[in-house]
Amino acid sequence: MEKSKLKIKSWKKAKIEKVVEHMFLICALIAILSLLVIIGFIFAKGLPAILKIGIVNFIFGMEWKPSEEVFGIFPMIVASLLGTAGAVLLSTVIGVFTAIFLAEIAPNWVANIFRPGVELLAGIPSVIYGFFGLIVFVPLIDKWFGGGGNSLLAVIVILTIMVLPTIISISEMALRAVPKEYKEGSLALGATHLQTIFKVLIPAAKSGILASIVLGTGRAIGETMAVILVAGNSPILPESIFGRVRTLTSNIALEMGYAFGLHQEALFATGVVLFVFIIVLNLILNLMLYRMGEKA
Amino acid sequence: MKKRISKLSVVLISALCLSGIFTGCGVTPSTPNGTNGKLSIVGSTSVQPLAQELADAYTAKNKDVKIDVQGVGSTAGIKAINDGTCDIGTSSRELKTEEKAWKLTEHIIALDGIAVVVNPKNSVSEISKEQITKIFKGEIKNWKELGGIDKEIIVVSREAGSGTRGAFDELLKIEEKKDGKTTSYLKADALIAEGNGSVKANIASKENAIGYISLGFLDNSLKALKVDGVEATVANVKNKSYPISRPFIMLTKGEENATVKSFLEYIKGDEGQKIVSEKYISIK
Repeated sequence: MEKSKLKIKSWKKAKIEKVVEHMFLICALIAILSLLVIIGFIFAKGLPAILKIGIVNFIFGMEWKPSEEVFGIFPMIVASLLGTAGAVLLSTVIGVFTAIFLAEIAPNWVANIFRPGVELLAGIPSVIYGFFGLIVFVPLIDKWFGGGGNSLLAVIVILTIMVLPTIISISEMALRAVPKEYKEGSLALGATHLQTIFKVLIPAAKSGILASIVLGTGRAIGETMAVILVAGNSPILPESIFGRVRTLTSNIALEMGYAFGLHQEALFATGVVLFVFIIVLNLILNLMLYRMGEKA
Repeated sequence: MKKRISKLSVVLISALCLSGIFTGCGVTPSTPNGTNGKLSIVGSTSVQPLAQELADAYTAKNKDVKIDVQGVGSTAGIKAINDGTCDIGTSSRELKTEEKAWKLTEHIIALDGIAVVVNPKNSVSEISKEQITKIFKGEIKNWKELGGIDKEIIVVSREAGSGTRGAFDELLKIEEKKDGKTTSYLKADALIAEGNGSVKANIASKENAIGYISLGFLDNSLKALKVDGVEATVANVKNKSYPISRPFIMLTKGEENATVKSFLEYIKGDEGQKIVSEKYISIK
C-alpha cells in the first residue's frame, strides 16, 4: 500500500517535471517565433518593393515623393548614420568619463546620488525627450544659428542624452569588474591614479566599454519618436549640421498610417534596410566580443 | 496541502501562458453589421477630437453603446471603412477619384477652416492665397518680400497623406494632378511636423515660421493670418468668404446598422450640430 502510493507520487512528479519543461520550451518558442514572423513579414512586404523600385534607385535615390511614386532613401540613410555616429561619439566621450568618475574618482556618497540619477534618465519615455528637445533645444539652436532649429544637430543632442545612461551604466560595471589587484599592482609600481585609470583600468575594461557603445548605437539608430519631434523630417540631404533631416525610422513612423499600395511597401522596404543595419551592428558586437575573448 | 497548492499554481500558470498565446492570435472581429452596441470610428486626426466629443455626448445618453474613436489619418480611415475593419471611417478631405469608386456613403458632419498661422511676434498679419502658394513652393523665401523683417521663412507642412495637408495642397494648388499621379510642389526643405499639435508647437517656438492648422486647434500661442483680407473665423468659413475650408466627412459602406444610423442622425441633428459649432462650423 505504502509502496504503491510512493510510486504514484514519483510518477506524478515526473509528469509535472515534463509538463513544466514543455512550458519553458513554449515560452522560449514565443520569443524566437515572433522574431521569425517579424523578419518574414518585413522581408515579404519590403523585398518586392525594393525589386520593383530597383535596388539602386531605392538605396541611392535622392528624392522621396510618395505621391509621384518616387522612392529614394539615400538622404535618410545618411541622416540615420550621421545622427547615430554623432550621438555615439559624443556620448562615448561623456559617458566613459562619467563612468570613470563614478567608479574611480567620486566618493561613495556622491556616486550613490549620481547612479540612481543616471538610471532614472534611462527610464524617461522617448517622447518626453523629444518634446523636451522641441521646446528647449530647437529654439536655442534657432536663436544661435538660425534656420529653424529642427536639425541634425538637435537629433544628435537628443540622441546623445538618450544613449548616455546605457554607456555610463555598462562602462561603470565593466570598470568595477576589473580585479582589484590590477589597480593595486599599478599603484604599487609607482603609477599615478590617472595613469592607472588610462593605462590599466580602461584597457582591462575594454570589452565592456565597447559593448556599451554598440548597445548605445543600437538604441540611437532605432530611436523614432524623439527624433520625429526635433529632426524637421524633410527628406533631403542636410547641407550642414543645422540642416533638417529625416531618419529611416521616422520615415516609417510618419507615413505608415497613411500609406497604401507601393508607398506602404516602400516603407516596409525602409524597414528592411534598417533591419540590415541592426543585424550588421549585432554581428560587429559579437565579433568584437569574440576577439576580445580570444585575446584574454 | 502545500504540495497541492504548488500543483494548482503550476496548472494555473500554464493555463495562463496558453491563454495568452491564443488570445494573441485571435483579434476580436469587429462586426460592421451587428447591433451589439459597439461602434469603432477610425480616421482623420483632425476629425478625432470632434468625433470623440460627439461620441462622449452620445454615449452619455445611450448607455448601452460603446464608441471607440481612433485617429490614424484620413487615407487610413477611408481604407479602413472600405475594408470593413471599422463601422465609420472619417476623413478631413474630399475623397480622391479612386476612392470615390469604392461606393462609400459620405456624411458631411461639419466644415472646418484651415488657418494659416505664424508666430505672434511676426509683424505680417495679412497674406494672399497666391503668396501662400508661392511660400510653400519656395518661390517666396524671405519675410521682407511680404513687408516683414529680413529673415528667411521657415515653412512647416504636414506628413504626406495627412487630410489637412491634402486639402491645403489641393485648395492652394501646391500639388498638381496629372494622369492619376499627384505631383507635389512643396519645397524640399520644408519642415514636416506630425499632427496639428506638433505644427502648433513648432510655430509657437519659431519666430520666422509659417504653417497651417485646423481652425479647431487655433489658440493664443499662434497668430492666424488674414487670407485675401478675410479673417479665419467660424463665421467667415460659414459664409464662404474665408477661402481655405474643407468638409469633415464620416463614411459608411453598404447598409448601415441601427447603431450607426442612430449615431449619424444624432450628429446631424440639433444636439450634435450644437457640439460641432463650439469649435467648428455646423452644416446647418
